[in-house]
Amino acid sequence: MFDRRLFTNFDWTLLGLVLLISAIGVVNIYSATASYPEAGTPYFVKEIYWIVTGVLLCVVACSLDYHLLEDISYWVYGGVVFLLVVVLLFGRTSMGATRWLHLGFFNIQPSEPMKIVIIITFARFFNRFPVFNGLTLKDLLYPALILGAPVLLIMKQPDLGTAILVSLIACSMLMYVKVRWTAIVAVILAALPIFYGGWHYYLRDYQKNRIINFIDPDQDPLGSGYHIIQSKIAVGSGGIMGKGFLHGTQSQLRFLPEQHTDFAFSVFSEEWGFIGCLLMVVLYLFLVLWGLQIALRCNDRFGSLLAVGVTAMLFWHIVINMGMVIGLFPVVGVPLPFFSYGGTSMVTSMVGVGILLNISMRRFMF
Amino acid sequence: MKDQHYIRENGEPKRRIFGLSIAATAMFFLLLTRLWYLQILESENLLDQSENNRLRFVPVAAPRGAILDRNGKVIVSNSPSFSVAVIPQDVKDKDALIDRLSRYLNLDRAELLDKWRKGRGRAKYYPIIVASGITRDQLEFLEENRLGLAGVDIEMKPVREYSNGMLAAHLLGYLGEINEQEMDLEQFSEYNAGDYVGKSGIERSWEKELHGADGGRQIEVDARGRFLKTVTETNPTIGNSLVLTIDLDLQKETEQAFGDKAGAAVVMDVNSGEILAFASNPGFDPSLFSGRMSPEQWKSYLEDKRHPLENKALKGQYPPGSTFKVITALAGLEEGLIDENSTVDCSGSYKVGTNTFKCWNKKGHGRVNLKEALKESCDVYFYQLGERLGVDRIAAYARKFGLGEPMGIGLENEKGGVIPTIAWKEKKFGKKWYRGETLPVAIGQGYVLTTPVQLASMIATVANEGTIYRPHLVKRIVDPDGRVIREFKPQVVATTGIKPASFRAVKDGLFAVVNESHGTGAMARLYEVKVAGKTGTSQVVKLRDNQGNIPYQFRDHALFVGFAPFDKPEVAVAVIIEHGEHGGGAAAPVAGRILRAYFEEKGIIRKPVKKKEAATDTADKVDAAPDAVNEEKNVKSPE
Repeated sequence: MFDRRLFTNFDWTLLGLVLLISAIGVVNIYSATASYPEAGTPYFVKEIYWIVTGVLLCVVACSLDYHLLEDISYWVYGGVVFLLVVVLLFGRTSMGATRWLHLGFFNIQPSEPMKIVIIITFARFFNRFPVFNGLTLKDLLYPALILGAPVLLIMKQPDLGTAILVSLIACSMLMYVKVRWTAIVAVILAALPIFYGGWHYYLRDYQKNRIINFIDPDQDPLGSGYHIIQSKIAVGSGGIMGKGFLHGTQSQLRFLPEQHTDFAFSVFSEEWGFIGCLLMVVLYLFLVLWGLQIALRCNDRFGSLLAVGVTAMLFWHIVINMGMVIGLFPVVGVPLPFFSYGGTSMVTSMVGVGILLNISMRRFMF
Repeated sequence: MKDQHYIRENGEPKRRIFGLSIAATAMFFLLLTRLWYLQILESENLLDQSENNRLRFVPVAAPRGAILDRNGKVIVSNSPSFSVAVIPQDVKDKDALIDRLSRYLNLDRAELLDKWRKGRGRAKYYPIIVASGITRDQLEFLEENRLGLAGVDIEMKPVREYSNGMLAAHLLGYLGEINEQEMDLEQFSEYNAGDYVGKSGIERSWEKELHGADGGRQIEVDARGRFLKTVTETNPTIGNSLVLTIDLDLQKETEQAFGDKAGAAVVMDVNSGEILAFASNPGFDPSLFSGRMSPEQWKSYLEDKRHPLENKALKGQYPPGSTFKVITALAGLEEGLIDENSTVDCSGSYKVGTNTFKCWNKKGHGRVNLKEALKESCDVYFYQLGERLGVDRIAAYARKFGLGEPMGIGLENEKGGVIPTIAWKEKKFGKKWYRGETLPVAIGQGYVLTTPVQLASMIATVANEGTIYRPHLVKRIVDPDGRVIREFKPQVVATTGIKPASFRAVKDGLFAVVNESHGTGAMARLYEVKVAGKTGTSQVVKLRDNQGNIPYQFRDHALFVGFAPFDKPEVAVAVIIEHGEHGGGAAAPVAGRILRAYFEEKGIIRKPVKKKEAATDTADKVDAAPDAVNEEKNVKSPE
């Protein structure tokens, strides 16, 4: 049932925007890893492979009608939650956390697809859920269960960053659906003792240190506060014009941690200055607003919810990563979409974009 | 869609998308404000900091703790190893330098260039190691020619020194660079790539104590990454030392007793479980593993059919053969099926149903009681007893001695052996137990498997009449300042609950094995001290006829377990000679020699005066001592 209109309505702007950001990302990864004496394929080349893989997945994600997602949503949700249980039981432990599942020829990290799956599941749930004048506390019961199961499993791994992201995505969709003020206040009041308990019983020492160091990084400038301080110095010393491509002293002398992955933006900030940063922030803002626009123009509620969810996913990744790099948020391992080196993030983000393209090009069909 | 009316009805979605857009824009604006603050308002200040951002951290590896024997003699320590490093920032003429280095160090020019190139991308102050483990002569030569070698630095780092060469190699283990799988383990979360960790033996199992804490230097570099000065320095903390229960001299004697034969021996203190010697032969050179091993060397280790890399004392599981008759005899006595006087007539074979089980002595032993059956190792006596006991009752007594499970000696991957029961076979093979299968078990064949550590513990428990001490290797942990952190006292795992009278009846038999005519263990006899023990010969494969020349890997294993002195036991020993064929002929003399060394050291047996030794006796001369001659003189063959 191929329809000509699908091609004429293809959202070239969105794809172009994403590829532009990715291209800048590759150039930046080249600079960030220029001082690494690495053997084998250079990182920036590997990143290009990931972009190609991502685009292919993106094409797959937009080729089938997204309404299919609605039918399979609960099955997929159940499957991924099952994998999360399996990973806790049989997963591979690395650096004290159990996140990966070995499937012989390849490994999967089921907490990552959960980001997309929670979007689809919530969209499916609220598409059929009557809302009059906002959700009440009682209405929130089922969504809380749908969200709670995977989030608790992910926290158990433990992978605090992903757990927070999945929660933020879900909350953003709730905001779109609309929640009554009374319910919001009640949830916040209920959450306070949970946070208190979490700090004392759940968080590991290194995670507490990150939060303490975010509040007062100078307490331990060479220990765990090091990342925040070095990153701020890198960003700030870039000034208006930046130090120039390959000329950032902070990055080329490797003062920065994980400078091609989580801290890629701080390398960029140092070398391209405020002007470069302004460009990146504008590009990302444009991406987010474009995503919301797709949600608005979509004629059915499921698609609209889906678009809001995917946009929220991109938005929170961008804001948390940039905020971390410039010292607004504590250090959590969240990559910058299309910009940080890494296949996992690239694949998730591209699939998200594929869903957005899918919704965008089918907007006239209903 | 059925809910579409719902969306269109009010302007709600439009308003909410607008709201979300505003919220998102506000958030991005906040990011921009922060960027403005950092990059414009604070820019000068932070640029200044980046210019002065010169503190770099250079880790300094901690020396590992030493390993000492029970008397404080050093078994493993550290010695400095010298590497040649080039610091790019200080090099004036690269090509000339590489020429010189290749001449001085006798290294290939291309190899040096390759190393230089690999280290190029790093900061200019970062030393590139071009040669490691250079000799003292090379070091002196470089020192003398320093003038022409601007930019060359000599780095010293501690490496493991095995002062006794290959001695106790399996027990000590070796070091190697940490690998990827290890990096993933919680235990190594503080380690960095390139760190050395214990890979086997004590070095691995006690890594946590031995490793120490790395130190580091905080150095200042300039904007181009060139070294300026050291700001602060944290000294590394030396790892804790381990004092083993091993007696270094006895360990040496034990290993030498094997000659070129493959096998294992465990010597244990009967009244504490302390392991005095722990040998697996042939050994290997642990220093080769952390340094450079030639492919030929590696190949020769792998191709040696005696398997030098295998820790036979810890992981070797062997059928205990006739040494297991000790257990069967005790079970019979305790269950009231036999007493010291009950006899069996051995005709040389025993029939169960249609199967005939042969005694090792085809001519038969005639009428034998328990003592004689043990002394001459009569199989028929124990076939009959085993048949009456049944496999589960034999297993129950074996378990009382801790057989069938790892003993917890403090090394990783200790094996537990196998003690078969009816239920065990059901579970493992899904098949029922045949009556005829019990008979081989009674003489330590069939499914029964034990490790040398278990056998030593078993005979020690017989010697002390019922107390199982946990066999252990580490006596105490000592910190770098010499303070004792932890002392490992003898630990009683269990008592067997077997009557002393039963033990005495068996021990009388064990005494006869070594000291009476027709005893199979006569070659373990010492004239100064009374030794008791049991020989064992365990089948590797069933051979139709035992004639002619059997290939090495199919020959029977030879075993001997024993203790001494008979009246007041102190020391127990278990010896296995792989493919040694006869317990009495191959394993008993080795055990005898080990026990002799033990009592010589205690001053109970006078050491024979060695003619060659005019010079004072020192540890490094032991190798040259003509021990083999002494042994032959002292142990006469029986009858």
